[in-house]
Amino acid sequence: MNELRKGWMWYCLLAVLAALPLCPGLVGNAFSGHVLVLVLLYASMAQAWNILGGYCGQVSFGHSVFFGIGAYGAGMAVVTWHISPWLGALAGAGAAAAVSVVVSYPCFRLKGHYFAIATFAIVEIFHRLFMVWDWVGGALGLDYPMLPDGWASFSWAKSKVGYYYGAFGLFLLVFSVVRWIERHRFGYYLRAVREGQETAESLGVDATRMKLRAMALSAFLAALCGAFFVQYNFRVDPPMVMSLDMSMSFVLITVLGGVGTFLGPLLGAAVLIPLQEYTRAYLSHLGAGVDLIVFGLLIILVMVKQPGGIMGLIGALARPREVK
Amino acid sequence: MTMFLQVALDGILAGMLYAVVAAGLTLMWGVMDVINFAHGDFLMVAMYVSYWLGFLWRVDPLVSWVASGAFLFLLGVVTYKLIVSRCIGGKSPMAALLATFGLSMLLKNLALNRFSPNFLILTHTLLEGRKLTLGGVIVSVPQLVTSLFSLAVFGALYFILEKTRTGWAIQATAMDREASELMGISTEWIYVLVFGIGGACVGVAGGLLPSYLAVHPNMGTLFGLIAFVIVALGGFGSILGTLLAALLIGLVEAFAGFYIAPVFKYVAVFAVYLVVIMVRPKGLFGW
Repeated sequence: MNELRKGWMWYCLLAVLAALPLCPGLVGNAFSGHVLVLVLLYASMAQAWNILGGYCGQVSFGHSVFFGIGAYGAGMAVVTWHISPWLGALAGAGAAAAVSVVVSYPCFRLKGHYFAIATFAIVEIFHRLFMVWDWVGGALGLDYPMLPDGWASFSWAKSKVGYYYGAFGLFLLVFSVVRWIERHRFGYYLRAVREGQETAESLGVDATRMKLRAMALSAFLAALCGAFFVQYNFRVDPPMVMSLDMSMSFVLITVLGGVGTFLGPLLGAAVLIPLQEYTRAYLSHLGAGVDLIVFGLLIILVMVKQPGGIMGLIGALARPREVK
Repeated sequence: MTMFLQVALDGILAGMLYAVVAAGLTLMWGVMDVINFAHGDFLMVAMYVSYWLGFLWRVDPLVSWVASGAFLFLLGVVTYKLIVSRCIGGKSPMAALLATFGLSMLLKNLALNRFSPNFLILTHTLLEGRKLTLGGVIVSVPQLVTSLFSLAVFGALYFILEKTRTGWAIQATAMDREASELMGISTEWIYVLVFGIGGACVGVAGGLLPSYLAVHPNMGTLFGLIAFVIVALGGFGSILGTLLAALLIGLVEAFAGFYIAPVFKYVAVFAVYLVVIMVRPKGLFGW
């Protein structure tokens, strides 16, 4: 019964999101349209991270590398080779999945903080290598030429509606994959590894293989988000996509929403992104960095008060109170 | 040969500084299994304290390290009391890391907002521009003083941990919190102390730095990352391991920067870390 109700709610949510552009002045408006596109994009990114970090329990701070490889895939396709960004995005995502497996195979032997620090180190290495790699534009990055509007070139100069549906498609893909994982045997394996790797292994789960599969899937989807990001911004350079801050936004949005929950990434993005964009727009007269001061305070507050994130808060409110 | 010695000396001097920055982090990690993500930003705060003392009241960095050390001791204690103590115990091990990442963002952007993104450096300090020449190898005196001072602080920390009752209490708490409490150690007080000492270590080093290194809001990030790498390379809570790892990282940075290319020096640092950690997953001296 509960399962049925959840499914019904999910389809309602999708219908509302799909119909949102029909509401005048929402997506058509440049600023609110921009915020909505970013919410869907960051929700997808966070959900991609959630596969590995939430369901499998491997907290990676290296996802900006895969995001960046996807971004460079689309960027190189458009700027250097003058071919369809779709091909570039797919190639980038494939490359990201391959890189993620190669890089994380040795790292999965590490536990806890050692794993986290290794992923930081990987981000720094990739960031610095891309800064000096002239083939991909080096520190200058890649600037897009003017492109014709439409789905073939995945770019729209005048209206955000195209991007909104692009982001919605991405959102639908990533969330459907996770919905499938939640019910499938694979998802149970992942959660078993998270709860106790030794126990899972003793029951016959090949923990390393499960972690690698989760990593590859997570990296593939993160790279597709990166490709969308570069199509949306018309340029890419290493600090934009391969920075530690970008890695952190994958983690923070998921944590704020609720790690290892299906709706957590969407809730996290729906709270954090508008907050960030609107404080940046309306508090900028207070000087540089005010939006990030607010952001930092919010993170501290959430971690101190409710590390379960918004989903944890909802759970605490919905739980029947004890009789005293 | 002179060049080789020059590069090696630069690496060792940088390594000594890294050692004292990483020492506080090692202590926090070893005693309470917490990564303080804002550790690099603590260094930045210490440098601003020393810079403004020097700029406004002409206090020399040779004196103001006392003030910045004390200030950072307090900052460490406050960080523990307000943030970290509420994130440990029963919660996910990542809670404290992410909360201190929030603190790092807060400190960095407060500095940006108040002090502008400009690179600030103190002029007219006592040691400004002095250098020693030893058989062709040139040493800048401010850097030499800072590094030797860092080494002294490191030695003092080692002495406290190994030879005093407080140090033994800290070590006992790191080994087994419950057993230590049964032995009458107030572990809460030890935790406060560890964060204070960790802050004071970067405070003292950061206080001396503005005489030869410019301070800007973002400088903490790289120092922090290098400190993490050193701590993990040295091994879980091992103080001597930290010193050796710091010297190793300093040397790798200097040699890669000189013999390969300046842009590759941090690539080399992080790559060395990854290679070592593959062979010894708990660091050089971890168990």
